[in-house]
Amino acid sequence: MSRFVERHPAWALISIIAIAVGLWLVFAVWPPGLEEAIGRKRVFLNAVFNGITLGGLYFLVASGFTLIFGLMRNVNLAHGSLYLFGGYVGYAVSTATGSWLLSFIVAFILTALVGVLLQLIVFRRMEGQDLRQTMVTIGLSIVFADLMLWACGGDFYQIQTPNWLIGPIELPLVTAIKSSGEPVYLRYPLVRLVIFAASVVIGVAMWLALNRTRAGMIIRAGVDDRDILAATGVRIQLVFVAVFAFGAGLAGIAGVVGGTFQSLSPGEDIRFLLASLVVVIVGGMGSIPGAALGALIIGLAEQLGSVYIPTYAIVVTFLIMVLVLAIRPQGLLARR
Amino acid sequence: MSLAHDARVTVRPADVAQRPARTWPEINNPAAWIVAIILLIMPLIASGFFLIEIFATTLILGIMALSLMFLAGYGGMVSLMQLTIAGFSAYMVAVFGVSGNANISLGWPWWLAVPMALALATAFGTLGGALAVRTEGIYTIMITLAIGAAFYYFTNQNWAIFNGHTGINTVATPHFWGVNWRADIPFYYIVLAVAALCYFAVEYLSRAPFGLALQGVRDNPRRMAALGFNVNAHRVAAYAFASFVAALAGVLQVWNYRQISPGSVSVGACIDVLIIAVVGGITRPIGPFIGALIFVLLRTFALDFLVRLGLDGNRFRLLIGLGFLAIVFWSSDGVIGLWQRWRQSRRPAANRPGGGRGHG
Repeated sequence: MSRFVERHPAWALISIIAIAVGLWLVFAVWPPGLEEAIGRKRVFLNAVFNGITLGGLYFLVASGFTLIFGLMRNVNLAHGSLYLFGGYVGYAVSTATGSWLLSFIVAFILTALVGVLLQLIVFRRMEGQDLRQTMVTIGLSIVFADLMLWACGGDFYQIQTPNWLIGPIELPLVTAIKSSGEPVYLRYPLVRLVIFAASVVIGVAMWLALNRTRAGMIIRAGVDDRDILAATGVRIQLVFVAVFAFGAGLAGIAGVVGGTFQSLSPGEDIRFLLASLVVVIVGGMGSIPGAALGALIIGLAEQLGSVYIPTYAIVVTFLIMVLVLAIRPQGLLARR
Repeated sequence: MSLAHDARVTVRPADVAQRPARTWPEINNPAAWIVAIILLIMPLIASGFFLIEIFATTLILGIMALSLMFLAGYGGMVSLMQLTIAGFSAYMVAVFGVSGNANISLGWPWWLAVPMALALATAFGTLGGALAVRTEGIYTIMITLAIGAAFYYFTNQNWAIFNGHTGINTVATPHFWGVNWRADIPFYYIVLAVAALCYFAVEYLSRAPFGLALQGVRDNPRRMAALGFNVNAHRVAAYAFASFVAALAGVLQVWNYRQISPGSVSVGACIDVLIIAVVGGITRPIGPFIGALIFVLLRTFALDFLVRLGLDGNRFRLLIGLGFLAIVFWSSDGVIGLWQRWRQSRRPAANRPGGGRGHG
């Protein structure tokens, strides 16, 4: 952090000012002039919270994607299919058993198994052949999409939120002051906050596992130099299978989350594949903190954009990507 | 080994060694003459349905895939936004020309609207290309895919220019010299002429100094840079040419269907263009047209075929996906590669040039 400030004082200053303005907008009671200029504070706060929680969902999808790419150089364009598959599995389990938490576990295990099969059958045969991997996974995603359409139809599915998470809670953030002088607090769906907290926990756990454990050390070494790692006697194929299973499982969990927040339908696979592509391009390929930062930026841009400039919301996301590519083609937090 | 290098290896033509510098090889090739004559007299043989729904559609899709083949085969850059460029050009024809949406279309005559659309779409593709050449290999695929997706969602949401998800309908087609150029037979010949033009332009460019330099850049960018070539300028120029080709296809596309909507620039359709080019073969300009013919035939007849086999006719995408998977699994240069291998296996061993190299 301090090195970044030393090397790019201008960028650091701009980021600090932006963060300060953002915090003021969230915590302060807005003066009347501001409300007239850009609308009510409740709308703004809702957009910010939606953006952050959506960023949590994007992080779950993109972190698996970037982990697989960073370690194995496997371009898995069927990652979106894993997301949708996890979502459908979660829906089936939660409607059959009524247990929301169980659906996470089953979705994780089943998508991880699909990931293991993918790694063993497809990727092990074409190691280092990026373009063939791309083509094959595109073909696979078409096949998966059609199989899932066959099995589940074109309907929208929504996973039922468990009773103990239904309903909004009041947050200690003032949205407005009534004429009687009584403050109005923000009400926000509890389930989105819980899921966001869970994705933060998963992210922190992943960071700790990567940076503080022996397995994480092996994985980081593999990202830097696979061949030397293999030469030191690590059974790298086993590591690959494990990481692929974990990354795929994360996509499956994200599917259940997405099915609870939003809905599941054909086409969501491509949407989330693209979201994770943009997130990792912005954040930097193969970097977990990069995926977190990218997911936050893209989620916020999407939600704030859809509130304040609805027509151009998608273009804002895209412009961010272009801007990042123009300034730092390797992504914001990539090391290279 | 760097990413870019790996990506290049797979798209590099396997038959470089077998093909010495030739001038116009098709002149001596009877098969090419037969195909050309059949294409020219097609209106005598085929009904209106086959002429437009099969052959004209094949040629239009083939032109789009040809622009991708030029970038991928000669430049080593796999771009998934070629359909987006074509779609942009089609939208521009609808916006500048005459259509059913009087409050959007400016009502220019076609000879003014089409050059405008071509110029804007080429500029759009070149800008996208300038962005994409900053990256290499797999990143190029992802960025061009993201550009394509951004355009798709944008057309879906923008009502001022693109008329949202309903798109622009009843686009006027050219009508002059007393001929309705959208009638089946004249339109077929227009499409055939443009396709032939693009095909020969790509054939010519691949042997022209620019094309040779581009192939040099594909094989070894560092060496070309050391020789004094501006690597990025060559790549951007390749995108400009490919964008123009794709834009031509877009104009024909909008004349063919007389309407354009976000559905025709969807992400799935962008990927279809890649599938077409890869299935046909990405090493030679004829490949995309073969791939397009296979794709259109499958799309048109798979339903009947599957129903006859007692299966669900809606599984046509499954069939295409599985076929695509089979081809990329077993032959990296598509149908052309399979055909060449089959020919070589029938040739006596003594005639085989360069040992087993061609099998790679």
